[in-house]
This record gives sequence, structure tokens and C-alpha cells, in this order.
Amino acid sequence: MKKLLLLVLILVVALFAAGCQREGTIIDINGSDTMVNMGAALAEEFMKTNRNIEVVVSGGGSGTGIAALIDGKADIAQSSRDIRESERAKAKARGTLHEIIVAWDGLAIAVHPANPVKELTMAELAAIYKGEITNWNQVGGNDAPIVLLSRDTTSGTHVFFKDFVLDEAEFAPATMMMPSTEAIVQELAQNRNGIGYIGLGYVRPSVAILGIRADDTAPAVVASIEAVLDRTYVLARPLFFYVIGEIKGDLKTFLDFVLSSTGQKIVRDLGFVPIK
Amino acid sequence: MPYQQKLVTVAGYTVLLLTAAIFLFVAAQAWPFFRDQVDLSFFTGDRWLPVSSPPSFQIRGFLVSSFMITSMAIVVGCPIGILSAVCLAELLPRQASILLRSVFEMTAGIPSVVWGFLGLTVIAPFVARVFNLNTGLTGFSAGLVLSVMILPTLVSLADEALRAVPREYAEASYALGATRWQTIWRVIVPAARGGIVAAVLLAMGRAIGETMTVLMVAGGRLTTPGSIFEPMRPITALIAAEVTNAARHSEQYHALFAAGLVLFSITLAVNAIAAAVIVGKKAEA
Repeated sequence: MKKLLLLVLILVVALFAAGCQREGTIIDINGSDTMVNMGAALAEEFMKTNRNIEVVVSGGGSGTGIAALIDGKADIAQSSRDIRESERAKAKARGTLHEIIVAWDGLAIAVHPANPVKELTMAELAAIYKGEITNWNQVGGNDAPIVLLSRDTTSGTHVFFKDFVLDEAEFAPATMMMPSTEAIVQELAQNRNGIGYIGLGYVRPSVAILGIRADDTAPAVVASIEAVLDRTYVLARPLFFYVIGEIKGDLKTFLDFVLSSTGQKIVRDLGFVPIK
Repeated sequence: MPYQQKLVTVAGYTVLLLTAAIFLFVAAQAWPFFRDQVDLSFFTGDRWLPVSSPPSFQIRGFLVSSFMITSMAIVVGCPIGILSAVCLAELLPRQASILLRSVFEMTAGIPSVVWGFLGLTVIAPFVARVFNLNTGLTGFSAGLVLSVMILPTLVSLADEALRAVPREYAEASYALGATRWQTIWRVIVPAARGGIVAAVLLAMGRAIGETMTVLMVAGGRLTTPGSIFEPMRPITALIAAEVTNAARHSEQYHALFAAGLVLFSITLAVNAIAAAVIVGKKAEA
């Protein structure tokens, strides 16, 4: 019995010691679920050439990341939306706040492939999500009710869509909040009357992407990396890194890598749009 | 008292203390929210708008959804579960019922995310087609999946209650000339009534608390559903969906804990009633 106890004790101490061991510095990145795969891919590539720096990436949502940055629990907050005024004030109390655009993301508007509607104006899209347009025949489609799909309120994408498309108005009460973009794609693939917004990286052949017109006279543009790059596609948003305090040392090395051509190629490979 | 016995006693009280501690923690986290409430709109309102300015936190829709889905699961699951239990305890030969019992117990081990995936890909499209709905992601689909998920709890407890009925009851009934069918329905089932009611209540507690499946299948509409055939979101799914993004000690964080406290109180009440039924039945015997 005593031997067993001793053994357990030794194991616990050994595990603890192993956890504490660190060779170089650790950069903690936290935030947007949209960006978590991108951050992880960048970190992995970066660590191949910078073995003394460990970059740890975790998700949870843009709000979570910014909260962690303010609390000093993260070195970089990944965010798919602007920092809010209240958050900015709290961050500034701790030091200079740096906002770095590391990539762009295009939001595609997806429907079932059999839907005859091929394009919408931004105004129509807003009216649909506010619940003012409720039938597809009001925008040139079949006589069928529109099934509204959205990401959950935790998502930076939800907040961006609400700010940018709905101009901060509320989503229609009928909107269905889905726990993931994957769930939206899944439902759209089998629901003929559904509509949903998804990041460019999630576009699959099982759904059709609508062309979007900025206004009545503008041409319809289908979301693509090229269309976001040349600014012809309106439904695009910047993806941010937020940092508090002076950027120097290993943190600077990492940020330089992210903005370098190698880093930006990784961004593009993951379905996001590079900054240049 | 020998030390082994002491250890067991301590372990027993630890469970009790832990439950109390969790309840107190949830209540303490919910308190700042309730303190700022001037009326009952948290329970009666229909606006859950966490990222709007100003935000609004009202949970009527989630309460109604939880109630609808749980009712559906119980209404569909109970007849099947109780009949299965009667079949296992009274009708099947011993070997067959042992085999079936272990099959039921195995179903209890299927992770709820797997049930959710099944609901998402098979049940929801099926429901949409059969009832000609706009979307299959509805309370009905979620209730249907849940009615199967509660079967292991329901069947094993009801089966146990039926088998606990003394053999003499059945023998006396047969001696009076009753048939097997009459004996089961007029003697054995009524005698096991208390245990069956407890089984139903515990299954209900299980259904109210289920999270992953309803998050995936129920559809996620945040307002009060007009019927079970509409998309909806129960309290459990609300908390699971939003808790990761609520900054600590923000209003949303405390509101989610307030919703959690309501949920905790409901399940605690249901389980307490079940326990009272079991204790009452024991006292009777």
C-alpha cells in the first residue's frame, strides 16, 4: 500500500515537473473559432524554423480571445470582428493596443443547389434576415417560405453579419441559430428553402453560392478569394490580431512571419484571403 | 469504527457536499443577475439578445422548449419503455431477457453526440418529409431521438420494480384462476406502480438535462415555439452554445448561470419527487 502511494506521488511530481519544463518562450494565442485553424497552421510552420519559441493556439470565440488578452492570459487575441469600445477602453488601461489585419475573410451566401434564385442585393439580404422578406417569390424564386440559418450569438461571424448586413438591427425571431458552420452547410445541402452565411473556406459543392450586388446597379459578384482581393465583393471582413504593449522579441518574430509571403501563403491555402 | 468503514462514510458525505457546493456555486454566480432584475421579465419575456446594445436576457422560449421536448420524449418513450419492461420481466424466457437487458444497457453507453448526429442526418430529414415541414430540425425530431435515449433508464428501472414484486402475488392470482395476462395487468403492474412512476420521473430528469442532442437537432430558434413542429432551443442547449463566449462576470455570464440555476432547480425537484416515491413505496411494503 505504502509502495503504491509512493509510486503515485513520484508520478504526480514527475508529471508536474514535465509540465513546468520550458526551453524557450511561449506565445499564447486565443480567440476566434473562424481563425483557429489558420492560427494553428501558422504556428506549426513557424515552430519548424523557430524551435525555441512555442506558439499555443486555442479557440473559443473572438470575445473569449479579447477577454483573455485583457486579463493577461493571452499574448495575442485572434478576432473576426472589431474590438468593441468597452473592450478597447479596458485594453488601453493595460498598455498600447495594436490592431493588425492578418487576413481577409469573404462571407458566402449559400442556398440549396436547386434554388432558382441566383443573386440578391445587400438590401434584399438584410430584409430577408430581418424577417421583412419571408417568401422566396418576393426575390424571384419559388412560392416557399425562407428558412433562415445563422451562426450562434457566440460567433464573431454572427456579430459581423449583424453589424455589417443588418446595420445592428435584430435577426428575425424565426432565425435558427446553428452551433457550427458545418451544421449550416449540412442543413442547406438538404433544405431547398434554406439560406445561410458561411466563410469562404467552408464552401462545398453540396451548396450553391449566390451572387451579391452591393446595390441595384452594381453587378452580381460571387464570393471568391479573387473577388475579395480586388474589393469587388462587398461581404468581406478583416481578420485581426490584437496585441497589448510593445511588440518586440519573439512576438515580433512571429508577427513578421505571419505577414511574410510564407505566412500569407498558408493563409491562402486555408481558404482565407491574403492581405496583399 | 474501522478505518475502511470511516473511508466509505466520508466518501458518501463527499458526494452530498459536492452536490450542495455545486448548487451554491451556481446560485452565487446567478445572484448578480437576479439582484439587478426589477420584475419577472427574465421568465416571461421572449427576447434573448446577448450581443445587442443594450443586451436583453429573457428565457421564456427556452423554458417552453425544454418542457415541449421533454413531454414529447416521455409521451413517446413511456409506453414503449414500460411495455418493454413488462416483456423483459414477465413474458420472455430467462435467457432471452438477460440478453435483451444487456442490449438495453449497452444503448445507454452510446454518446449523446452520436445520437445527435443520427438525428441530424436521418431523423430530421425524415420528419421534414413525412410532415411536409420547412425544416426537420424541430422540437419533434429532438423529442423523438430523446424518447429512444431515455429507454435504457426507463426499462432497467421499471424492469427492476416489476421483478421486485413477490412471486406469491402472482401465485395467489393464478390460484384464483386468473390468466397470465390478467395477472400481469391486474396484479403485478399495479404492485410495481411506485417503482414504475419513479422510473418515469428519473427518465424525465434525464430528458430535461440532455444537451448535445438537442443542441444539434432541435433547430436553435431563440423565441417561444408555437408548436412542437417548429425549431426551438431548450435551456441546456442555450447554455452549451453560449457559455464559451461569455466573458467572466459579464452580464451574459451571470444570465447564463441564472438559466442554469433554473434548470438545476427543475431537475433537482423532479429527482426529489422520484426519490420520495421510492422511499414512500419502501415504507409501504
